[in-house]
Amino acid sequence: MEFLQPATWEEALEARAASRDAVPIAGGTDVMVGINFGRLRPALLLDLTRVPELQQWGTDDGAVRLGAGVPYARVITELGDRLPGLAMAARTIGSPQIRNRGTVGGNLATASPAGDAHPALLAAGAEVEVASVRGTRRIPVADFYRGVKRSALADDELVAAVRIPPRTGPQQYSKIGTRNAMVIAVAAFGLALHPDRRAVGTGIGSAAPTPRRAPAAEEFLAGELDGLWESRAELPPATAARFGELVAGAAAPIDDVRGTARYRVHALSVMARRTLTWAWADYRKGDPACA
Amino acid sequence: MSTPTRTPAGAPSSVGGPGGRIGDDAQRPDGVLKVRGEFAYASDLWMDDMLWGVTLRSPHPYARIRSVDVGPALAVPGVHAVLTSDDVPGEKVYGLELADQPVLALDVVRYQGEPVALVAADHPDTARRAAARIVVDYDVWEPVTDARAALGHPTWNQVHDAPAAVTELSRESAHLHPHGNLVRHLKVRKGDPEPTADVVVVGEYEVGMQDQAFLGPESGLAVPGEDGGVDLYVATQWLHVDQRQICSALAMPPEKVRLTLAGVGGAFGGREDLSMHVHACLLALHTGKPVKMSYNREESFFGHVHRHPATMRYEHGATRDGDLVYVKAEIFLDGGAYASSTPAVVGNAGTMGLGPYVVPNVHVDCYGAYTNNPPCGAMRGFGSVQTAFAYEAQMDALAAELGMDPVELRCRNAMELGSETPTGQVVDSPAPVAELLRRLVAMPLPPEPATGDDVDLRHMPGGVSNTTHGEGVRRGVGYAVAYKNVAFSEGFDDYSTARVRLEVVGGEAVATVHTAAAEVGQGLVTVEQQIARTELGVDAVVVHPKDTAVGSAGSSSASRQTYVTGGAVKAACEAVRGRVLERARGLVGRPAGDLRLDGGKVVSDLEGVALPLADVLGDDAVEETVEWRHRPTQALDPDTGQGFAHVQYAFSAHRAVVDVDTELGLVKVVEMACTQDVGKAINPQAVVGQIQGGTAQGLGLAVMEEILVRDGRVQNPSFTDYLIPTVLDMPPMRIEVLEYADPHAPYGLRGVGEAPNISSGPAVLAAIRQATGLPLRRVPVRPEHLTGT
Ligand SMILES: Cc1cc2nc3c(=O)[nH]c(=O)nc-3n(C[C@H](O)[C@H](O)[C@H](O)COP(=O)(O)OP(=O)(O)OC[C@H]3O[C@@H](n4cnc5c(N)ncnc54)[C@H](O)[C@@H]3O)c2cc1C
Repeated sequence: MEFLQPATWEEALEARAASRDAVPIAGGTDVMVGINFGRLRPALLLDLTRVPELQQWGTDDGAVRLGAGVPYARVITELGDRLPGLAMAARTIGSPQIRNRGTVGGNLATASPAGDAHPALLAAGAEVEVASVRGTRRIPVADFYRGVKRSALADDELVAAVRIPPRTGPQQYSKIGTRNAMVIAVAAFGLALHPDRRAVGTGIGSAAPTPRRAPAAEEFLAGELDGLWESRAELPPATAARFGELVAGAAAPIDDVRGTARYRVHALSVMARRTLTWAWADYRKGDPACA
Repeated sequence: MSTPTRTPAGAPSSVGGPGGRIGDDAQRPDGVLKVRGEFAYASDLWMDDMLWGVTLRSPHPYARIRSVDVGPALAVPGVHAVLTSDDVPGEKVYGLELADQPVLALDVVRYQGEPVALVAADHPDTARRAAARIVVDYDVWEPVTDARAALGHPTWNQVHDAPAAVTELSRESAHLHPHGNLVRHLKVRKGDPEPTADVVVVGEYEVGMQDQAFLGPESGLAVPGEDGGVDLYVATQWLHVDQRQICSALAMPPEKVRLTLAGVGGAFGGREDLSMHVHACLLALHTGKPVKMSYNREESFFGHVHRHPATMRYEHGATRDGDLVYVKAEIFLDGGAYASSTPAVVGNAGTMGLGPYVVPNVHVDCYGAYTNNPPCGAMRGFGSVQTAFAYEAQMDALAAELGMDPVELRCRNAMELGSETPTGQVVDSPAPVAELLRRLVAMPLPPEPATGDDVDLRHMPGGVSNTTHGEGVRRGVGYAVAYKNVAFSEGFDDYSTARVRLEVVGGEAVATVHTAAAEVGQGLVTVEQQIARTELGVDAVVVHPKDTAVGSAGSSSASRQTYVTGGAVKAACEAVRGRVLERARGLVGRPAGDLRLDGGKVVSDLEGVALPLADVLGDDAVEETVEWRHRPTQALDPDTGQGFAHVQYAFSAHRAVVDVDTELGLVKVVEMACTQDVGKAINPQAVVGQIQGGTAQGLGLAVMEEILVRDGRVQNPSFTDYLIPTVLDMPPMRIEVLEYADPHAPYGLRGVGEAPNISSGPAVLAAIRQATGLPLRRVPVRPEHLTGT
């Protein structure tokens, strides 16, 4: 096995273009598991951890531009105020060791339906910035997922960053696992209220071949909130319940070792209802970012 | 974490003294190394010129092998040997109780993961790739995957004396072994065969397959000896039973097969059977080079036996006042493809399957079956864990039916000193079952968690996954009590050997303790030191590496080593002390009766004689080797299951407090409280550690731990999906350790390790039932069971 450690982004892109079956490695928390279990036998490992650009985040064009190599621990400590949904998702990931190593870029490239960053990125309306020696393109995150562990990333491309609009309202993230920590999602749900756009964002995890939004639920709730954004009046319980049903209706889960399809659907309806209730309560309290 | 209190108070339980004697929280000799990550486990074994061995395993749960072509593997550069069953020089099958398991597959494979061939190469990756090139032609058969079906019992027997009802499947391939699919059927019959009662509760229960989940995978290093024999360094639980089986497979006498214990990273029963032992020896003898084998995590799930899954039907009858009249039980244990220790597990489940209660009329049938599921054998709690889920659920159901408090019902029927067990054995040492429960009731309950805006997610069901801020959460409290036999039962010649030497080295008196008892993490090496310090009055005690140069110590299982090897070390120390004092008597001219050893000196309290051991021993070493037995037990009567089968019982009780998110089906165990009688806490801190660990393992089975097997295939052979409790799942504990001496045991001690593993899970289940009102007949409980999805 060969090991390449480019020091600049240009070198990384060139190496990627030159060896299309090279396996990029960031935190290694997916790659090393694959190697240890004999599922991956890369001829070449392309270590991206020495590329400075990937380890940084900044603001650009009003969005947070999060370098693909920023670990979850930093998302939690440095971006909790701007990206609360993603930070909450990050907090549910693995253990402290995994959060110190694992990255959003790695989560995106793996594109597992159970990846915890995805529902939060979907709800926030993020874009994935991918690059190759041919140039850079931005892909709305909802278009990034193409199938079970398949993404829109071409075989000469790397994930450069993910661009996430900072919150304008409350965000929530909720995940079911059969253990109280360090567990892969049986089902997960991300919610973002966007009072600036009078819109609602959702993301569903582990309940379909890819992470996905619940468009009917988003539209329904945006409609119900018409007028309530201003009045900040109480949300009728029936609205939250209906929202839950519509979220569950957007899922297409299967039975597997982690849970049954029926349970996943049920759990999504409960998580969607509860997270909406919490988010709306925060909004009514005059959630500072939208005052 | 509360400090343990030891009761009854009275006399100080510690002899005291530097270094740690009986009753002290003596420091482990291996503790610092382990905490610093410097302890050498079996997977760290290394020799410069060693080869790596790997195992090719069957992908099918049941198949006939038409042919094996090892040629392509041999052609891989770097490969030194490829072996199949043809290369096994001695007996080609082995087993703990019944030799029925092939060292390497013969003509039929009976479970997914059964070893078929071995490869040794100069690099583990080369060996793995070569193994993948071995061509095995399988004729795949339909697996038998249901224990009751394997025994021809598709529906519940109407609890009659009808062993004839065990008719086996007619399909030819459904006979897994020439002797049929029944490993053992234990009948326990006592009292009125046709009892009647005012109140009757019936329940069916199911327990899933739990894994030992030890952290150090199966590993060892075999080194060919100059005498044509082999030295094996291996992580195991019983060196001599391994040696016996290896000798048989290699057709070699014991002198040529020498075993030394390598660092063991947990065992819990999963290392009682052989794993890579014979394989590494075969490869080493074949290549003339040292061969290391070390399973990875996935292979480890196929490399050791698991806890038997169980299906059980219980019928409890009681008077209106709550006195048990009878219990009828049918227990089916799925032993998987090979016998392993299934016969003994059936013995335990059958004899102790009614719990620590007095039951005048008993009718129990316990079966162990062969199937094409993974082999099941020993795991902490050994047959008692499964049945405890059933009998304790029954006690709660009975209490509900009677309108009685569940603890009161238990206390009313609790065993005590002098009670007769279902197998007709009189309990001849303290059995404080009711006291254990009453002490739990007296403990304060934990506060309700903060909810809403003040919520601390770590205290909620679902943890930081943020699934509830209090919505849907209901609290339940449950109790359970258990008992477990200590040491080997049913007439087994259960002994341990200890060699103890006392000498003066560099002016200091040093004792050396040599036993073959496996230190598997439980702290036996500390106990050996404590006993030697106490009995010989010295501070410096060297524990010799565990090997087969000394006689058998028996197994590090059945909660038995502190009792049996502790007893042997004590006896060997007494023999050494006798000889030393005899010498001293010659020097001081006093009867030895007044002399004792203390502080490296011979002391007489009457006359204040204090003779340094250097003066008594000079350059001589005094050494004694003792084979020590506990009092004998008896085989059970084959028709009635009656007999003095168990030498000692351990008792423990748990109270579980759980919060259940009833809408999402997620569980947070808020607190576990445990009371246990240990007779005498030789090392109180280690006792508490055993109680905490056992509790966690029981909790794990209650709410998450299960090897999922579908059509004979394991679905989750990794820690990604075989979940064990984390720090957010295992709550703080309240522990009270009682010390009612067992007059038959050394120092009055009782085995500690297993009992808390048995009562913990059922208490958690009882608490979840109380919180949800659901019957919950199956463990582990899944969110689906709690939400009806
Ligand atoms: C014990 C454990 C617990 C875990 N728990 C969770 C959990 O709770 N939730 C969860 O979602 N995940 C979990 N994971 C999975 C893993 O941690 C995440 O998917 C993580 O985000 C992967 O990031 P990484 O930087 O470690 O990726 P790596 O392992 O380095 O790479 C992952 C994939 O991304 C590719 N890649 C990495 N960076 C780039 C790039 N810049 N451009 C193109 N391709 C790239 C790699 O080639 C590989 O295919 C867990 C893993 C472990 C081992």
